[in-house]
Amino acid sequence: MTAPVAPPRTPPRVAVDDTLPPLVIEATPTFIVSTALATRDFQDVHHDRDLAQSKGSEDIFVNILTDTGLVGRYVTDWAGQRAQIRSITLRLGVPWYAYDTLTFAGTVSAVDDGVATVDVVGTNALGKHVTSQVSVVLDHTETPDHTAQGNA
Amino acid sequence: MSVDQTVASTADRIRTSTDAVRAGGASAPVPGRDPINGPMIANWTEAIGDGNPIYRDDDAARAAGWDGVVAPPAMAQVWTMRGLHGARSDDDPLGAVSQIFDDAGYTSVVATNCDSTYHRYTRPGEHVAISSELLDVVGPKTTGLGEGWFFTTRNVWTVGDEVVAEMNFRILKFRPPTASNESAAAPGVTSSLAAPTDDLDAGAMMRPTASRDTAFFWAGVADHELRIQRRPDGTLVHPPVPALWKHHSETTDYQVAAGTGTVYSFVVHHAPRVPGRTLPFVIALVELDEGARMLGQLRGVDPAEVSIGMPVVVEFLDFPAESNAADPDATVPGPGDPWTLYAWQPAGSKGATT
Repeated sequence: MTAPVAPPRTPPRVAVDDTLPPLVIEATPTFIVSTALATRDFQDVHHDRDLAQSKGSEDIFVNILTDTGLVGRYVTDWAGQRAQIRSITLRLGVPWYAYDTLTFAGTVSAVDDGVATVDVVGTNALGKHVTSQVSVVLDHTETPDHTAQGNA
Repeated sequence: MSVDQTVASTADRIRTSTDAVRAGGASAPVPGRDPINGPMIANWTEAIGDGNPIYRDDDAARAAGWDGVVAPPAMAQVWTMRGLHGARSDDDPLGAVSQIFDDAGYTSVVATNCDSTYHRYTRPGEHVAISSELLDVVGPKTTGLGEGWFFTTRNVWTVGDEVVAEMNFRILKFRPPTASNESAAAPGVTSSLAAPTDDLDAGAMMRPTASRDTAFFWAGVADHELRIQRRPDGTLVHPPVPALWKHHSETTDYQVAAGTGTVYSFVVHHAPRVPGRTLPFVIALVELDEGARMLGQLRGVDPAEVSIGMPVVVEFLDFPAESNAADPDATVPGPGDPWTLYAWQPAGSKGATT
């Protein structure tokens, strides 16, 4: 895995139908296990292939907390260090097993008063693993209402 | 039918039990093991591959307009994970509902939706607590994985009294199909002749629509009766015609057919595709022993073997409530009613009683 790259310091110019650069993640067993443990998810299907297979899975698979984390990372890698994610919806599809590669694609579906809506799809060899929508304040210091900054 | 009664009472028991869980409301807040902290954030950003410095570097965070390092929003749930040896609290609805479904035989689980809202970013030193409640339970439904139930829990994370994040989590608890019914029967489709139904896709089949004139016929099919309309002179007619000789408040007269007859004519349908049916299939015009003729699919026979005059018997196909869940999106509305179709089988076929 390559070293993480810092997102841009300032927000991009954003318009509806803009696309995000793709992000490709290879689900090595190391990736699946290290993300499961970093999210404090000790369920055996995320680190023990024998048990995962005995429960009907092909192999160990990526957990949902990692999906949420990757979708968030995918959007802020593009939106930058001033971005503030307000919400992430995930619809879960096919599993993401070890040795499968997932590609995230994203499209801006709305921009409203400094808040962008980004539609994100993560596709692997089996099909759509995750279909997501992310609402992100592009620059939290210019947030149009104060609920995004705190005191909801 | 006793099997139907068993299914209905299991569903009722599940609804009663889950209603009680829902009525219990939100669980008492359970604090995370540790306050939000840098080392756990570092483990997370390293594993996820997130290079955003606002999660690690105080100066960079301030340069980006934050009041110092913030925690990745997607870590909201991480802070309250139970860990390697953690146990659910007694009032945790996810555990309680999972147990109800396990006990009813819906032992497998798959998550379908996970929707998070982050009201603000949290910071190291803050200590979040989680509270959960059961929002809804929908089922039983036939899904691509097997018969199951969907339920949604809402998790709320607080710092003190302040809600900082929320997550709605939707789960399908399902009964994995056994090898035998997987090969012979489509999920949930039951043949009154115990014939295989794997040529039918319950989720794609079109339901019949009943009009005021045909309602008695489809009500009969649901009761596994073939009801043939009877005119005032005693003759039988099918399909049903408007019973203009009756007041509209009266039900039409009918005779229950024995369900036996012979093939009067037939076609083998090769194209186009018909939702839920496997090509090719046979559509037969069957002359009932009572005299009326009725169209229907002739199942359980090689199309090349069908002949005029072939004796057939009626078969009733029972479909479960709302068979539509290959796509999780299609499962949001409440379940539709179970429904029934009729078809024909060669007389003397598997399970036929005549």
